[in-house]
Amino acid sequence: MPTRNDYDAIVIGGGHNGLINGAYLAKAGLRTLILERRHIVGGAAITEELYPGFQFTTFSYALSLLRTEIIHELELPKHGFMPLAMPSTFAPTDDGDYLFLGKDKNENLHEIARHSPHDADAYLAYGHMMSQVVHAIKPLMDSIPPDITSKDPEERARMAAIGQYLADLPPRVLHDMVRLLTGSAADILEHYFETDIMQGWLASSGIIGSKVGPRSQGSGLVLLYHSFGEYDGSYGTWAFHKGGNGGFTQVLARAAEAFGAEIRLESPVEKVLTRNGRATGVALEDGTEFSAPVVVSALDPRRTFMQLVEPRQLPADLVEDIRRYKFQGVSSKVNFALDANPKYPGLEGADHLRGFLNVGPSLDYLEQAFDDAKYGRFSGRPYIDGCIQSNIDPDMAPPGKAVMSCFVQYTPYELRDGDWDTVRDDLGDTVQKRLDEIFPGFSDLVLHREVVTPLDIERTVGLSEGNIFAGEFLAPQMFFFRPAPGWNQYRTPIEGYYQCGSGTHPGGCVMGSPGRFASWQILGDLKKQKG
Amino acid sequence: MIRNTPFHPRTSEANQTGLWSHWAGYLSAEKYRMSDKFEYWAIRNAAGVIDTSPLFKYRIRGRDAEKYLSGLLTRDIRKCRPGQAQYTVWCNDDGWVLEDGVILRLSDDEFLLTTARANMAYFSDQAEGLSVEIEDQSARIGALAVQGPYAREVLSQIAPEMTDIGFFHVTPAKIGDASVVISRTGYTGDLGYEVWVDADDAVDVWDRLFEVAAPYGVIPAGQIALLVTRVEAGLILIDVDFKSARYAWNDDQRATPLELGMGWMIRDLETDDRNFIGRRAIEREIAEGTSRWRTVGVMADWQDWNRVYMERGLVPPKDHTPSHGESMLYDEEDRQVGWTPSFLYSPIMQRHIGIARVEPECARPGTDLQLEVTIDHKYEMVAAEVTRLPFYNPPHKTA
Repeated sequence: MPTRNDYDAIVIGGGHNGLINGAYLAKAGLRTLILERRHIVGGAAITEELYPGFQFTTFSYALSLLRTEIIHELELPKHGFMPLAMPSTFAPTDDGDYLFLGKDKNENLHEIARHSPHDADAYLAYGHMMSQVVHAIKPLMDSIPPDITSKDPEERARMAAIGQYLADLPPRVLHDMVRLLTGSAADILEHYFETDIMQGWLASSGIIGSKVGPRSQGSGLVLLYHSFGEYDGSYGTWAFHKGGNGGFTQVLARAAEAFGAEIRLESPVEKVLTRNGRATGVALEDGTEFSAPVVVSALDPRRTFMQLVEPRQLPADLVEDIRRYKFQGVSSKVNFALDANPKYPGLEGADHLRGFLNVGPSLDYLEQAFDDAKYGRFSGRPYIDGCIQSNIDPDMAPPGKAVMSCFVQYTPYELRDGDWDTVRDDLGDTVQKRLDEIFPGFSDLVLHREVVTPLDIERTVGLSEGNIFAGEFLAPQMFFFRPAPGWNQYRTPIEGYYQCGSGTHPGGCVMGSPGRFASWQILGDLKKQKG
Repeated sequence: MIRNTPFHPRTSEANQTGLWSHWAGYLSAEKYRMSDKFEYWAIRNAAGVIDTSPLFKYRIRGRDAEKYLSGLLTRDIRKCRPGQAQYTVWCNDDGWVLEDGVILRLSDDEFLLTTARANMAYFSDQAEGLSVEIEDQSARIGALAVQGPYAREVLSQIAPEMTDIGFFHVTPAKIGDASVVISRTGYTGDLGYEVWVDADDAVDVWDRLFEVAAPYGVIPAGQIALLVTRVEAGLILIDVDFKSARYAWNDDQRATPLELGMGWMIRDLETDDRNFIGRRAIEREIAEGTSRWRTVGVMADWQDWNRVYMERGLVPPKDHTPSHGESMLYDEEDRQVGWTPSFLYSPIMQRHIGIARVEPECARPGTDLQLEVTIDHKYEMVAAEVTRLPFYNPPHKTA
């Protein structure tokens, strides 16, 4: 007889991937338990009222890459899924001008032409190129990659099918894809654009979350990855979920529970229990044990393989691969409760503040910000991806007030001098000073400030070294190799133990695919076992 | 010459797109600023303010007003007490729908009937011999729809009288010095109100409303946003989902209340002793089961929608812009069994939806149909399913 602590499946970690995975398993009829260490589900996708009436998206702050299949399959609209439109993009230049883009293609042409007629239609051409590459690569991102180490004829056939698929693509699209996958964001953008502001604005997507500068090889991949999002049929477009990404993960939790999953908060898992090389359950830090033949880790690869189980239970190659898997977080958040919307000289109203605010006016600016990080310092003049979220969702702040999320780069996890606990406020001051330059009087509006360093991300959410993607988006850590060759299909060497975090294919950015694909593998394996 | 609504001094300032449509002879903003989708989400997440002044408004009063309307309107007006409102239709003798509209009962013998088309001659003709006065006040009354979850919170700050009125109820109120009527009605399927105001007071009401509403993220919303919400709400639109029998050329263009999904209005015919226009025909239609259509929702299968576009190497479109064409519906034997004239992508349902007319045997929710779409100049079939209306029906609409 099953006892109260017996489940069919246990998911460790109630971040978005854990919730998605648990929801799919529960939907398939498994008695599923999702264990979350903190008092709140969501992992790095949470919203917290840190100052009365102000909702802070402490970590992750917008939605784009979430796969639409998940919206439908988990029936998220039933549970309050509301992807609000972000109609503007605002990028101040260093000389007090700005690039202010909206949703009208032709209005945007004129706005870009104000800076350079050349860059206006170049932007259309660039957008078309990116969409074509994204469309071409989509089937690869939206499926489980083959196991490159396998001799299994089926896996070999899948490898060959990928080769064939790529060979059948229009040569131009394939070439552009390779340029993006292997080159730098700067290489691509300098080819298309002549102005600093266009290059800088677009290059920011090539550095987010990653220890690369826009001129580093590999930033092209990051740029492509961020264009892979889709909002209501439009590639590379972002939305703001009602209530922030915490609002989104609450929707996921309701969906998971509606399918029958049980969510247990404040339940930190100490280790995965195994017997004879297979998973049998988990033990919490307080000693409580739960048993299940399927245990899924939604944590990052380091925690999945080096902490929840004994590395000596694992093949040496895998342990070595995980040891050299790069995290090296470089991103921070500085979030503000504001007394009112800040004012940009010469602009009235809030239309320009209804989307992302991009502080990264040129490739040089971004590259110099990166230079600091290379030598173990946080950027003196950081890249900021800001968003005054209360202008999109009024429930984020009291009427007339504003809440502002600022994603900040670069802030290396490993500081050469000092430690994050000491310099946390220095980072906050640096960001605030930069915002004062852009919005004169900004500091006078600040009611509350939250500074979240890579160390805080690691401590609070558990993401190793504060890497927001649960591991860098570097080519050797993607697709066949995420998180390690031979272990890219959500299984682990321990039978019944699976991985479903963003450290697996296709990766992070609140995409949800790792959780979904892992459920396919688990359910497929269970079906085979039942035979 | 095209006319301006009483709110035009403000709507023309607010409309930065230069996009206006002509609605019943008035300029009506298509969208105000950079994104109609943002206006749509304001309605669903905060509130949108829509200038609905181009509606026709008829004030009907007099000793026989109730008697008159009992005979004119298909739905029993006697059940609409003072302080209440009704959505209603009116038919001709053959039981074909002439029009639909909302009627507010301001007192025992005074009503305000809003219609989409001009009706003065028709209404007057039916009033012969009765003590009833019908006055076209269309140009005299401005109408402002405040629709969305924050509608009550913002409106109650300038017109506390409306705070507690129920769904489809009406109250007189004061906004500043202006005497207004506020009804809890609308065309969005959300929590919403309409403010009926004398044209001279319109701008003042607008200003007072936005003074309190703007900090809540409440913004003016245009026609595009409104027409998305009305499809999600399953509310039909004249000359799109049906045509007035008054101007139809043949019965294919006409429809009965039952065919338009209004059967609920005449559920109580057995205990209803009115002799309203079209009653006999409707009774015959019910008795003989001669309805040709049912009005239902259709929802495209998302996987199939993606498939037909992906197979052509295209990004599956998800366009919320209302397209008022006719997309045909077929059954499994490829027989055309209906059509949807109101098909779009719903941002809140995250699905392609449409208000459709289908043959009665295909009207059961869950019935599998095929929806015809045109892709790169070729017809394709997409799997679709019959659903109940409305698509979107949040608890706060009636709470």
